[in-house]
Amino acid sequence: MSLPDRHGHFGEFGGKYVPETLMALLDDLEKVFRSVKSDRAFQREFNDYLKEYAGRPTNLYYAQRLSAHLSRLKVYLKREDLLHTGAHKINNTLGQVLIAKRMGKTRIIAETGAGQHGVATATAAALMGLACVVYMGAEDMKRQALNVDRMRLLGADVIPVTSGSRTLKDAMNEAIRDWVANVGNTFYVIGSVAGPHPYPVMVRDFQSCIGKEARRQFLSKEKKLPDYVVACVGGGSNAMGLFHAFTKDRRVKMIGVEAAGFGLNTSQHAAPLAKGDIGVLHGSKSKLLDTKDGQIRIAHSIAAGLDYPGVGPEHSYLKKIGRAEYVSVTDREALSGLRLLAQQEGIIPALETAHAVAYLEKLARRVNRKSTVIVCLSGRGDKDMESIKPHIGS
Amino acid sequence: MNRIDRKFKELKTKRKKAFIAFITAGDPDLATTEKLVLGFEQAGVDVVELGVPFSDPLADGPTIQAASQRALGNKTNLEKIFEAVKRIRRRSSVPIALMTYYNPVFRYGEARFISRAKQCGVDGVIIPDLPPEEALDLRRAAQEAKIATVFFVAPTTTALRMKRIVAAATGFVYYVSMTGVTGTNKGFAKENAAKIRAAKRMTQKPVCVGFGVTTPADVRSIAKIADGVIVGSAIVRKIARNQGNKNLVRNVTAFVRTLTREL
Repeated sequence: MSLPDRHGHFGEFGGKYVPETLMALLDDLEKVFRSVKSDRAFQREFNDYLKEYAGRPTNLYYAQRLSAHLSRLKVYLKREDLLHTGAHKINNTLGQVLIAKRMGKTRIIAETGAGQHGVATATAAALMGLACVVYMGAEDMKRQALNVDRMRLLGADVIPVTSGSRTLKDAMNEAIRDWVANVGNTFYVIGSVAGPHPYPVMVRDFQSCIGKEARRQFLSKEKKLPDYVVACVGGGSNAMGLFHAFTKDRRVKMIGVEAAGFGLNTSQHAAPLAKGDIGVLHGSKSKLLDTKDGQIRIAHSIAAGLDYPGVGPEHSYLKKIGRAEYVSVTDREALSGLRLLAQQEGIIPALETAHAVAYLEKLARRVNRKSTVIVCLSGRGDKDMESIKPHIGS
Repeated sequence: MNRIDRKFKELKTKRKKAFIAFITAGDPDLATTEKLVLGFEQAGVDVVELGVPFSDPLADGPTIQAASQRALGNKTNLEKIFEAVKRIRRRSSVPIALMTYYNPVFRYGEARFISRAKQCGVDGVIIPDLPPEEALDLRRAAQEAKIATVFFVAPTTTALRMKRIVAAATGFVYYVSMTGVTGTNKGFAKENAAKIRAAKRMTQKPVCVGFGVTTPADVRSIAKIADGVIVGSAIVRKIARNQGNKNLVRNVTAFVRTLTREL
């Protein structure tokens, strides 16, 4: 049976846990989403935007010097960082804004952590002539000031969120409150494989081009499938996008890399799959970080895009059935991963992406024979220069 | 028959409408919450909704968000609220429903939550982020314990959904008067009347209206069509304004009386 089931469940995870005001809209959205999957005109338009506007297909680049450095790993990088706006996020926002148009919505809202999803949403909204409001934690607006300027230049209204931890989870609360109040004309573009059904499956679908292309490209270069596919996991959209095409290839090992922040043995991390409990946040049941009273804990990661106490429900499911493995990388390790890729390959990845790169050094020590790996290079690092600056040379 | 059902039955024979008051438990502290509940009963409140504070209350506006923060700040949790209800029960039989987001209940354990609620004298549970289709286990446990599970109907709810929701709800049906978070005052839209009547045609269960009900005039106009009126943010705002005031209970209760008088 293909998952999710018709109620949006991946095993015990997923579902629709939202105020009643949104339920009818989610039913409508699901119907429209199903209908566009087999609608040739929609698919043609979407694929045309992906190709002509966003820059798909992206390259699958053989990282020769990095591979030599890691000796046992032959590393291919799926270059989502080369897409328009600098990250994989644009794949999904183009798809969702097209759906919004089809549903007759005139106003787009989004939450953003690192600002990449906000920029990608503001971009798609500008492209299609729709008004756009982006909610962003006040703390994140400081960390990612460049992206705030980009969104504003694109015509979006960026609203600082000062409640709670002033990061991604609070931005999402605020976006949902806006959505409940303006459900008639407003479409909520969720940036990750999280939220209530049908968002996790819809975002996975729009991001699945990453894995489909990578699989085909790898087969044509290596005449076989890779041993490993690796991606960073915050909410988990780039990882789901890469993994989905490989889920039936049982011999391909899928590894998601969570943010361990200051370390998994501290309380300062963003690794719900490693250290969380099952719970409900932002519309779905999944692993999350909470207290014994069920209050949501504040996550920590140097990468704003991973700084979230929850994770997409399908990742919880893939972990539970053992199909994917989830590991973690600390802030410090991520920074050295970033430096490694910059100096071995001349590519500065986003801090989020640097978590996946950093894990390669651990993976290289784990394998006992020469192995091949595809890493999702989900975004570029320009946006992070301010946060990286204090660490350069240290 | 539990205390909520009994209350609505009694009101019906008297041809009266219910006044339902919401406060966040533990705002500013649980001792005050207990006094408020007892005061409300004297002031003519028919059912009390006690809010369980949650870190991420996404159906609530700024007023109740702030109250939740105050309550969490003094370490209010579900267990302490159960204890408070138990103490209230020694002195009052006013029907009490807990209003909580789902995660604290899920984490506490649904079966354990219901049995503890029963033990302490809680009569109903209202969970805004738990639609009936995700609530099968909770509904089963609650039904056995004769604890009401209140579900919501919103202005966006389709006729088909409404039928399912009113069938699943026990105690009463919570009609959300506008699309928005709690405490938004958009004014009571005319279209609501038709929708409330539609809900009432589908069920014998009481249909009560809440969200954005602020003034005595609001209370009066809603009571004409609904079986009960729910006021939350307007009361919580009074509590916020009386923080640190030794007359908090008296002032807030006096305000509540201006609303119950309308029924």
